[in-house]
Amino acid sequence: MVLLFAVFLLTLLVFTAVAIVRTSDLFVAVMLSGIFSLLMAANFFVLDAADVALTEAAVGAGITTVLFLGALALTAERERVVTKARWLSLGVVTLMTLVLIYATFDTPRLGDPNAPVHQHVAPWYLQQTPALIDVPNVVTAILASFRGYDTLGEVFVVFTACIGVLLVLGTRTDDSVLRQARRLDTERQGLRHHLIPRIVAPLLIPFIVLFGLYVQFHGDFGPGGGFQAGTLIAAGIILYALVQGESAALRAVPRAALMGLVVGGTLLYGLVGMAGIVLGGNFLDYAVLAADPVAGQHLGILLIEAGVGMNVCGALLLIFHAFAAR
Amino acid sequence: MVAVIIDGLSWALLTAGAAFVFVGGLGALRLPNFYTRMHAASLTDAMGTILILTGIMLQSALSLPTIKLLAILGFLLVTGPTASYALANAALLSGLRPEADSIEHQG
Repeated sequence: MVLLFAVFLLTLLVFTAVAIVRTSDLFVAVMLSGIFSLLMAANFFVLDAADVALTEAAVGAGITTVLFLGALALTAERERVVTKARWLSLGVVTLMTLVLIYATFDTPRLGDPNAPVHQHVAPWYLQQTPALIDVPNVVTAILASFRGYDTLGEVFVVFTACIGVLLVLGTRTDDSVLRQARRLDTERQGLRHHLIPRIVAPLLIPFIVLFGLYVQFHGDFGPGGGFQAGTLIAAGIILYALVQGESAALRAVPRAALMGLVVGGTLLYGLVGMAGIVLGGNFLDYAVLAADPVAGQHLGILLIEAGVGMNVCGALLLIFHAFAAR
Repeated sequence: MVAVIIDGLSWALLTAGAAFVFVGGLGALRLPNFYTRMHAASLTDAMGTILILTGIMLQSALSLPTIKLLAILGFLLVTGPTASYALANAALLSGLRPEADSIEHQG
């Protein structure tokens, strides 16, 4: 039954991918890429990777679509038609496809217990997590503690990406943005003339943010964590910006606060790592943060997940505002 | 005995829901213009969701999943029609007139 679902979803994925390549309307391509992400999320869920599925659904199908639409508003809606033959790229793609197909002959069967990935460090993680960290969700234990160094790297990637987008699209002071937004608002007023979304969205936003906080703090026990929670909360605020207008969202959560979230979240993660050294352990070793090593791990994971959530939420909203302000 | 009745009821609801989703999908593909297609698609949102989620709720007895499904149902019942409304309103504002005899020719 699972195999049937997987084949069905993967077939739809291929159709969607071909449709994305074939369409010349970029708006359609953006919508299709949202569908692609949603199918991918379902696929991850079928494979029991609930954490990844949640991330893919929130980031891929949700925020990325909004950011793409923001980018489309700044550029043309149709793809530039390239007429000259592209034999080189066709050759490279064909070669890559053949290499990848050849590589699949060596991949282990789905769920094979003898696959290298299940023989390397995974058994150790599964065995040691209850004793060392004692959280039910092993994914969180690996992501936040065992491989905390990698996650720190990811946080810095988000941080750097945010700085890059702000440098390219330009940062303006709150005043000029607010003034411009006010001018736009008098013309268009966000979605203000749409009565029903204006009534419904404020009803939903508290629940979206509440769910985000639940995902943030429940990450030790179930699927979730800082990345997903930051995205969900950012989505709630973007919904507010879409319905009530850009300036209302900036009044509710000003740009300085968002900067603080991005920088503060990254700093918090780094400082928790440094605290490990100061208290006599290794970098990102949470066991020394409290008298009891397991309690120390819990505290460390809670703090760095909070750092990740702040960083992701602030970065996404800053990027969204950078697009919207143009 | 009760279990059989609940199972049967759940089966009937799921089948009816699937039928609505199918009709919605068919309509979205086959109906002539934007507004009629949207009307068909909103069938999937409204009746399809209600029937299928109620069917699943009957399967899960009275437990935590039932309450979660109820919450999902409430969420979808609020957001689905709102999204349909926003879509139709956006189409209307961008100048697409709902005319009874208009047929869009897809190129």
